Amino acid sequence: MSDINPISSLASAERTPTTIPIAGGSRLQLAKWRVPLSILALCLLPWLLPSKALAVNVLIYGVVCVGYNLLFGYTGLLSFGHAAFFGTGAYVTGIAIVHFGLPWYAAVFFGVICGGLLALVIGALSIRTRGIYFSMVTLALAQLVYYVALQASNWTGGENGLRGFTVRKINIFGAHINFLDPIQKYYVLMAFAALALWFVSRILNSPFGAVIEAIRENETRARACGYNIERAKLLSFTLSGMICALAGTLSAMHLAIVPLDSLHYQTSGMIVMMTLLGGAGSFFGPFIGALVFLLMEDVFSIWTSHWQIIVGSVFILFVLFLPKGIWGTLLAWRMRK
Amino acid sequence: MDPSLIAMQLFSGIALGAILVMAALGLSIIFGMLGVVNFSHGAMFMVGAYAGLWVASLTSSFWWGLLVAPITIGAFGMAVEFFLIRPLYGRSVDDPLLLTFGLGYVLVEAVRIVFGSDGIPFPTPSQLRGVVNLGIGYFPIYRLFVIGVVGVILLALWLLLEKTKFGLIVRAGARDPQIMRVLGVDIGRIWLVVFGLGVGLTALGGVLAAPMRTVNPEMGSLVLAEAFVVTVIGGMGSLVGSVVAGLVVGIAVSMTALVAPEMAQIVMFALMALVLLIRPQGMFGKSGVNA
Repeated sequence: MSDINPISSLASAERTPTTIPIAGGSRLQLAKWRVPLSILALCLLPWLLPSKALAVNVLIYGVVCVGYNLLFGYTGLLSFGHAAFFGTGAYVTGIAIVHFGLPWYAAVFFGVICGGLLALVIGALSIRTRGIYFSMVTLALAQLVYYVALQASNWTGGENGLRGFTVRKINIFGAHINFLDPIQKYYVLMAFAALALWFVSRILNSPFGAVIEAIRENETRARACGYNIERAKLLSFTLSGMICALAGTLSAMHLAIVPLDSLHYQTSGMIVMMTLLGGAGSFFGPFIGALVFLLMEDVFSIWTSHWQIIVGSVFILFVLFLPKGIWGTLLAWRMRK
Repeated sequence: MDPSLIAMQLFSGIALGAILVMAALGLSIIFGMLGVVNFSHGAMFMVGAYAGLWVASLTSSFWWGLLVAPITIGAFGMAVEFFLIRPLYGRSVDDPLLLTFGLGYVLVEAVRIVFGSDGIPFPTPSQLRGVVNLGIGYFPIYRLFVIGVVGVILLALWLLLEKTKFGLIVRAGARDPQIMRVLGVDIGRIWLVVFGLGVGLTALGGVLAAPMRTVNPEMGSLVLAEAFVVTVIGGMGSLVGSVVAGLVVGIAVSMTALVAPEMAQIVMFALMALVLLIRPQGMFGKSGVNA
């Protein structure tokens, strides 16, 4: 945050912490079981939701938001460009299968690596700026990636998106899985989501996790404590980008096309909205946000094709009255009791 | 390459730059004064273009559209500041940004409901149609008109901010709002007016740009990115920076279009990346203020 600007320094003085301080045994207990609990919830998801397609979408966008939350919720950096990493993961996976004929697991691997490399470059440029500036720069650089993909239509299919690859069958340790069956597909994708959740939980429990939270709470103090702020921010940005890229590869395998819109800033905005709705800076928040957002889309789009106006208004109300999001507010409420 | 072709392209670049300056101006004024980045900026630009189109078709005069749309949308901007942004002062700097993003999302969908999702052509006003011989080649009159209008607005803005009492209060308020309160100035009212002014200028940019671009609900997302690029290159909150950067970007885009058309959209972002590497605070930004 800019500390010289009079208005924002005024703001930061009265600022309330955006997340819940760790207190009380019940929360620590929950924290210990958060990965198994999330995986259990994900296992049940396709049976609880009205359609299997919705469950896969919640899974994919949940992973995006979990990755995004590492940067926004825990490091305190509001990026408006995470569609770049989601889209790159999806495009690289598709290109690896269509143009190079690679097997799906290699395509996923390259998707995550390329997304991570892009995050490293965009991150290195954008963390040179702070506060509001950071959001603008990430948005602009992500739009650059969008226009590059639009122009490189030989590789990406341009406006029509990348088509022509379908993963039908995959073999995992000798087991043949029919990828056209929605339930089998769901559980394969869920394995990757579980991996991402475990990974993020592990990061948050590590000393590095404490450092990024320290940066969010007070960057100047964290710097005075001797931490290399730039390196921690860049690492957080890159890891966050890699998880988003993983979600992108899952989306490519699920849809069998990569729409150009997956790189657009509206997608970045959707990731921000989902994360905030659920509760930025909480472990379960992003998945809850993705679930609520996509459920709203599912329900409202039955009544009207203009469901975005309802979802946008709900988002505005959340920013005004419930900035901690659904899960964050629940946690704060439980803590007060 | 033919020198007169290059000169013509340079002129096109200045016309494009004038539109980019208009796109960045409202954003820059609001940020410089309130410390708020208006993420619904692109949507307001788009709404301005639609409002201009609607008024122009109602009165069958482009001039009424050019006059009425910015005033109406500016008033709407004041309502936004009063009801939505004011409750967020004193909270995290990210909150107004998130809120205006949500507002932009709602505005785009509202325009889709009222005007439909398809693009609408915005005819160039009959008085400004045709081309004029500049000695080096023929140039569209409308583009010259845009350059002229932007020049007049910049002059008026400079006079307002530097030569009037209101401008003095605005500039002082940007430096230290608390002292201004102590001195008995109702700084909230100043913020309201400045936000309205910024949004009004953005809407005016939308009306001016409309005959040069297709008017559709998505046109704002490009404008938002363009405005960000220009303010980042020029330096946040610096009006001089916005003007110089807008012209530099406009000329760079139009020169690139001459050599490699497919790179035209990409060059402005590359320029921004370069500025971030060399001078993260922007050309006219003060070091340490925002970067």
